[in-house]
Amino acid sequence: MMSVSSRSLAGPSGLMRSRHIISRSFATVQDPPVRRYGGLKDQDRIFTNLYCKHDHGLKGAQSRGDWHRTKDILAKGDSWIIQSIKDSGLRGRGGAGFPSGLKWSFMNKPGWEKDPRPRYLVVNADEGEPGTCKDREIMRGDPHKLVEGCLVAGRAMNATAAYIYIRGEFVQEANHVQQAITEAYKAGLIGPDACGSGYGFDVYLHRGAGAYICGEETALIESIEGKQGKPRLKPPFPADVGLFGCPTTVANVETVAVAPTICRRGGSWFAGFGRERNQGTKVFCISGHVNNPCVVEDEMSIPLKDLIEKHCGGVRGGWDNLLGIIPGGSSVPVLPIKDCGEVLMDYDSLKDAGSGLGTGAVIVMDKSTDIVAAIARFAHFYKHESCGQCTPCREGTTWMMNMMDRFVEGRGHQREIDMLYELTKQVEGRTICALGDAAAWPIQGLLRHFRPEVEKRIDQFRLQNGPVLFGGRLKSEVDPHLALPDNLGGNLVDAPRV
Amino acid sequence: MLSLPRVARLLAAVPRRAVIARPISTAQPRRSDALFVHRDTPYNNPSIPFEFTLENMKQAEEIISHYPKQYKKAAVIPLLDLGQRQNKGWTSISVMNYVAKLLEMPPMRVYEVATFYTMFNRSPIGTNFVQVCTTTPCMLCGSTNILNTVSEHLGGIKPGETTKDGKFTLIEVECQGACSNAPMMVINDDFYEDLTPESTRKILDAFAKGEKPKVGPQSGRKTSENSAGLTSLTTKPYGPGEHCSPEFS
Repeated sequence: MMSVSSRSLAGPSGLMRSRHIISRSFATVQDPPVRRYGGLKDQDRIFTNLYCKHDHGLKGAQSRGDWHRTKDILAKGDSWIIQSIKDSGLRGRGGAGFPSGLKWSFMNKPGWEKDPRPRYLVVNADEGEPGTCKDREIMRGDPHKLVEGCLVAGRAMNATAAYIYIRGEFVQEANHVQQAITEAYKAGLIGPDACGSGYGFDVYLHRGAGAYICGEETALIESIEGKQGKPRLKPPFPADVGLFGCPTTVANVETVAVAPTICRRGGSWFAGFGRERNQGTKVFCISGHVNNPCVVEDEMSIPLKDLIEKHCGGVRGGWDNLLGIIPGGSSVPVLPIKDCGEVLMDYDSLKDAGSGLGTGAVIVMDKSTDIVAAIARFAHFYKHESCGQCTPCREGTTWMMNMMDRFVEGRGHQREIDMLYELTKQVEGRTICALGDAAAWPIQGLLRHFRPEVEKRIDQFRLQNGPVLFGGRLKSEVDPHLALPDNLGGNLVDAPRV
Repeated sequence: MLSLPRVARLLAAVPRRAVIARPISTAQPRRSDALFVHRDTPYNNPSIPFEFTLENMKQAEEIISHYPKQYKKAAVIPLLDLGQRQNKGWTSISVMNYVAKLLEMPPMRVYEVATFYTMFNRSPIGTNFVQVCTTTPCMLCGSTNILNTVSEHLGGIKPGETTKDGKFTLIEVECQGACSNAPMMVINDDFYEDLTPESTRKILDAFAKGEKPKVGPQSGRKTSENSAGLTSLTTKPYGPGEHCSPEFS
């Protein structure tokens, strides 16, 4: 505050100023300079072919620095690679944000050499979270970064092979990755003697067939094994018993693909971006009501507002036309405009704001959005994608969908809003995987920030259509010959809200 | 459960008072995206032969070789996909049985997989499989309009239906992972992005004529770049060893 007050005094009266400065000169503490994040330079971007402007084949990739002295990285050994990743502060880019170096080190437990089982790296390219389209661009433009990343990450965890599980809908992307794998085999970059280092490593591509749940790591493992994609109960964790019963680590495309560049440029370079504990660069994908939606790589901790104004031409109709933003894909709660102006795009800042970074998929909604319908559509999505294994999720997603559908038109009771909230709380944390949580959070976000909107609709609907029973039937539709029990809610009068 | 006409007849026969005594079961039949049971039909029954072509067989062997020998069944999804492509875009019971035999796994395990994953069509589809994404990011950008346009332009078919000439099947799908290029649809294997009702009609017309229109964004931009000019990656990409730490430069 010191510097601010002295600067404000540097105005009309010079005399006053000098006296003031003298009287306060014993205070030598200065405010640390405020660092603005964002504004990454092209030379610091990892994915230099994000827009497929250049050749995605081996030659093009090598001219952009891929496969440059990979042999030397491999020769450095597993602990050096893991230490580099730890130094870089890289956190998993698939949504959970677990420190990658730590996760990879779980594969190398003391005595792992005595375990005769093969060991696998599985790359999660089952990009299905609504709003997310970053891995697609990576696999289209820079497939060799991914293949090289598999080798480097695989070496770090002493894996024998990598499976890249790509969603079935990505046909073009799968072709590019397959081409990269074939080229890499031909050039001897992967295979029994990868890059001439003596280390044997295979990379296989596995195409899925359309199931969002297969983005969950254990469901993905099940799916590769040729079963229904139903998540497994943990423990045992995949690092102990994973794919084909062998030690396995599942990692996101972006996490794996940045590894070789981090190793070559040094962990401290990567750690120089973003705030403490949220370091690095990140590919953000912005969709919805912005002037120019796009996918872009920038520094972590870039303010959300800067990201939208700088790279996407701003919100349609100006910032004030904003209604809310979902900052990390469908599974995180929506942020209202007052929070959007100040949050930074990183794990901690968004968590503090009551949301999450997720996959870095920013969905922008302007004032023309029917926010209830938008969230109800997510409820449909989760109902469709629930694998049906755990009862709270299987039944809960259907209930949530039905209630949300009714709230879109306002066919409900005020007290049903609380029932819905209670329901989301009952689903959350009571399932094997996080899909139950993911289904609950958007609705909780809606009720937290846009509850008046839902209440308004319910009031309006009642004004037009008269009393409603629990479950959405109109009282006027009930056969008047039937006695209507009170517990159906038809005679219930909501207390007037102040 | 009583069938509906029968209930109606019963109701007509009894006096008004008896209406109050409702039939015990008033539950609606369960609605789902697709039927989860197989019913033998002339076009889909186990006696219809199916076998991979020589070329596909080669590909299948290549796929099987990717997995450990004792886990052959890991290839079930890729092989079903291969079979579906050979079988005009849908997975018949014969395809499933054939894959089960090839991978030496119980047919039931294959049926489980085929019913779980949405990309396996268990009933015949038209030559062009139109899949319109309607999840929220696309919805915000007007996918409802696109869906209606497609539906209207194909003669009023609803999602899940096929046109009479068998050229188009329309379905509504969940997020396809091209959200920055919303609204979008997938026809067969290709993404058509940045759609407007006009460009949607043009694409459908082209397919109706048997042509293949330009794949990707229809708005003139390439991939998911900023349409008003690049805000990043404007300079020449750095080459091998540039900016690397000294030991790797």
